Amino acid sequence: MLGRTLREVSAALKQGQITPTELCQKCLSLIKKTKFLNAYITVSEEVALKQAEESEKRYKKGRSLGDLDGIPIAVKDNFSTSGIETTCASNMLKGYVPPYNATVVQKLLDQGAVLMGKTNLDEFAMGSGSTDGAFGPVKNPWSYSKQYREKRKQKPHGENEDSDWLITGGSSGGSAAAVAAFTCFAALGSDTGGSTRNPAAHCGVVGFKPSYGLVSRHGLIPLVNSMDVPGILTRCVDDAAIVLGMLAGHDPKDSTTIQDPVKPFTLPTLTDVSELCIGIPKEYLAPELSCEVRSFWSKAANLFESEGAKVIEVSLPHTSYSIVCYHVLCTSEVASNMARFDGLEYGHRCDINVSTEAMYAATRREGFNDVVRGRILAGNFFLLKENYENYFIKAQKVRRLIANDFVKVFNSGVDVLLTPTTLQEAAPYLEFIKEDNRTRSAQDDIFTQAVNMAGLPAVSVPVALSNQGLPIGLQFIGRAFCDQQLLKIAKWFEKQVQFPVIQLQELMNDGSSVSEIEKLASVSLKH
Amino acid sequence: MAAPMLRWWCLGRRWLLACIDGGSRHGRGAAIGFTSSRKRGQTSVAQQPLITSQKSRKGEHEWAAVVGLEIHAQISSNSKLFSGSRVHFAAPPNSLVSFFDASLPGTLPVLNRRCVEAAVMTGLALNCCINKKSLFDRKHYFYADLPAGYQITQQRLPIAVNGSLAYSVCVGKKPSRVITKTVRIKQIQLEQDSGKSLHDELRSQTLIDLNRAGVGLLEVVLEPDMSCGEEAATAVRELQLILQALGTSRANMAEGQLRVDANVSVHHPGEPLGVRTEVKNLNSAKFLAKAIDSEIERQIHELENGREILNETRSFDYKLGCTMPMRDKEGKQDYRFMPEPNLPPLLLYDTESLPPGADPQQVINIDWIREQLPELPSETRERLIQQYGILPEHSFALLNEVGLLEFFQNVIKETRAEPKKVTSWVLNIFLGFLKQQNLAVNESPVTPSALAELLNLLDRKAISSTAAKQVFEELWRSEGKTPSQIVSEKQLELMQDQEALEQACHTVMEGHPQVVMDVKRGNPRAINKLIGLVRKATLSRADPTAIKEILERKLSP
Repeated sequence: MLGRTLREVSAALKQGQITPTELCQKCLSLIKKTKFLNAYITVSEEVALKQAEESEKRYKKGRSLGDLDGIPIAVKDNFSTSGIETTCASNMLKGYVPPYNATVVQKLLDQGAVLMGKTNLDEFAMGSGSTDGAFGPVKNPWSYSKQYREKRKQKPHGENEDSDWLITGGSSGGSAAAVAAFTCFAALGSDTGGSTRNPAAHCGVVGFKPSYGLVSRHGLIPLVNSMDVPGILTRCVDDAAIVLGMLAGHDPKDSTTIQDPVKPFTLPTLTDVSELCIGIPKEYLAPELSCEVRSFWSKAANLFESEGAKVIEVSLPHTSYSIVCYHVLCTSEVASNMARFDGLEYGHRCDINVSTEAMYAATRREGFNDVVRGRILAGNFFLLKENYENYFIKAQKVRRLIANDFVKVFNSGVDVLLTPTTLQEAAPYLEFIKEDNRTRSAQDDIFTQAVNMAGLPAVSVPVALSNQGLPIGLQFIGRAFCDQQLLKIAKWFEKQVQFPVIQLQELMNDGSSVSEIEKLASVSLKH
Repeated sequence: MAAPMLRWWCLGRRWLLACIDGGSRHGRGAAIGFTSSRKRGQTSVAQQPLITSQKSRKGEHEWAAVVGLEIHAQISSNSKLFSGSRVHFAAPPNSLVSFFDASLPGTLPVLNRRCVEAAVMTGLALNCCINKKSLFDRKHYFYADLPAGYQITQQRLPIAVNGSLAYSVCVGKKPSRVITKTVRIKQIQLEQDSGKSLHDELRSQTLIDLNRAGVGLLEVVLEPDMSCGEEAATAVRELQLILQALGTSRANMAEGQLRVDANVSVHHPGEPLGVRTEVKNLNSAKFLAKAIDSEIERQIHELENGREILNETRSFDYKLGCTMPMRDKEGKQDYRFMPEPNLPPLLLYDTESLPPGADPQQVINIDWIREQLPELPSETRERLIQQYGILPEHSFALLNEVGLLEFFQNVIKETRAEPKKVTSWVLNIFLGFLKQQNLAVNESPVTPSALAELLNLLDRKAISSTAAKQVFEELWRSEGKTPSQIVSEKQLELMQDQEALEQACHTVMEGHPQVVMDVKRGNPRAINKLIGLVRKATLSRADPTAIKEILERKLSP
């Protein structure tokens, strides 16, 4: 049952094949079994069971709230959840219990979704590995998959198996792992430079970043306000569309959301791609791109072409400036957004009380990790009067150029862009931590973060397994506010590639569902 | 909420739980008790003569002073600038604080339409150009009563620019001349107020009250077109009246709804401007004038003694009557301004640019607001002068007291008495009584109707003006009685019985032959003595004019 998609399990609930409480308990028990993944910071067991119970009552009365009623979900721990601790994986917010729900959380709960818990991340979502949080790194469920283990056995390696696990990518690694390990059917992430799409690619799930302004940020603890969007992680594109339908629309509490009403929708099935024009941005052919990813990318392009779509090379000439531009804008907003964490109103406060200033300094030193403090320092530097023109203003201008690159390409008739999501498959933790956070983020966000600069919708779809047996994702980028069209194309692609389901027999101890899974497993994009 | 004591708090103040306003930042108001005690405690007003050439030594040029002002006016609105919290003065601490006001992570600002309308209306009344597009910025500094670590303001592109404020100063003594001056308005910007810090010396703590945090402010920047304290104070007073007439701010300085910072410099006319200082937190018009004038004097004194003026922030010590450097601004602040990313540009429309089919709830039309502009104080004064023929300085006096004009107009409506008479009664007697007892117009025990009735009695000569004053005193003391009741109870009505009056005159003349003789000998004053005697005999109930008439007739040869 847990291996099903959201849509399938929703149907099962409606048909009474399983009750919300049973489903919730199954997920809770799997969360416990997979505790070592460190996907969750807080498991809201009591709340979840209560919500499931209420959902069950509704089903019994025949008054289900819809597709999400009784569905276990997880939420990244940088969304405010009323009455449930929200930490941002930072010492600064340990013990902080928000008095209100983020709009997206509220919308999910209003639809009857059952909140399993809050998922792990890089501190304040600053990172691309989910390794830099106060609660330790998240382990990629694929590290324990049959597919990966079998490949590993073929290669001699002397290292201890326990330290041999892979990172999830980040910063929404907890959400990606939670969905990949079947502990929930959908999870919220956040995406500022790729934080939803990157771990989705590494964990073999769908990671969707909506258009900026389509989904409310109210209650999302900000990283970069002008780029943050709530992201959606699911096991298939259809599920992402269902969740998007519930979340999208104007929020009076977020002045940057669109005014036009958005109606819930069902994603139509695309049968013919011959009318489509797929753009392949040549600047995305980075030298660091692994051969395998590159090969899947061109196979995907060929697939579209062979089905009659027009596939053309396009140019996004300012792409190479994106990383450094992002660095300036991101750190500047971080410096500003983090100013509120002073230990006065909420969160961590140090014991020093010599003066208010001394208290601020010690509180912030104790509360933030090096990555956060480094970004605050850099951001304040860029915002200094003497530097503002040279850095912040310039970065804003470059951002405009990057956004215009996309506008030009889409105006030339391209429907979606097809790119890799990441340079390569998930790295082993020990390898990953050899580089510092900044270097890694700069490398890992290379394909994802220009999208945030432009506010466009993008989705990472798992394509196939690498030689090592690890998932590889490709990214589709759509026109602003053409999220549905983007998902429609992604859904078609998903159907063509038939990405294999993760095999976690050891973890799941649930023969029936695994055999179900195995039936689905087949790879169409073979090496 | 409590925080450890702020380090710079060591200004040598004596009170235990002193309220120190935030000082150096954006026009923080002093806390209540502090300001009002200042206001009541000090009675002498520093209306110093205009600027310059103070005791200039021989051979030296005159000095000219240049004064610019930054005025923060709290917008009169039910809720705060970016949150739904109520705005209320003197509510229990931290009782009006939304999640946004406390800067809980994840909360976002939502612009209050009413505050925008108030800014537009104020801009229009001050002859500003209203920007159809304006932007919000973050201004960063760490302070305990600024929960987000930044203030949302309009640094780059404010809502209104390039206006002007006309104000009038009276020159010379009777007959005084009213001179109108104009100060340019650089800009009006919308911004958030901060909370308040209360420093508890005993426990070495700072207590934070966030009720005020996030209340909408209008920052009005006046160009350095003024040259002394009195001009600045008069300009501020005029602005205050305008804001009150518009209803965009209650502009009560004692409650911190109007706060003024002054930029002051001196130079020799014809030479470049001098280095300026900023005098912060001038929270009453009286001290505003005094602080500026004392700062001008100080600067001249410094320069004449060969010293330099430092570009620094100073505060006015009302006890010492001079400005002092503020210690919390030692290092130069870099506010690290940045665009506020959570608020889209603020777009305003006029009837021409209004998008067709726009939802009136979603757009603000400048022309609609222009149509709603009420009569402004300068127009009111002009009208009073035209309509009632009163003196210009009386028109100022009528507007200068909250509610006085309305009181005056209500009296006028109900009385047949001459407007000049009404003006004189309202400005002299009525206002005199109020001032004596330190009451506001709306606290007066005498209603406009009662005064109107009293003036009617006087007008139709039913009572003498002496009796009228007596009736007024009685009205003030015993609420509920009408003037007519008092007149009849106290038997104050003028004698209407001509025969009885003739008889009284006759009796007096009989009793004082010497005085009668004096009159006959041509002493012009003697008749007044007789009039006085008759009035006394009639218990002041006789009309002196009538008495005089009878006496003159009887005394005529």
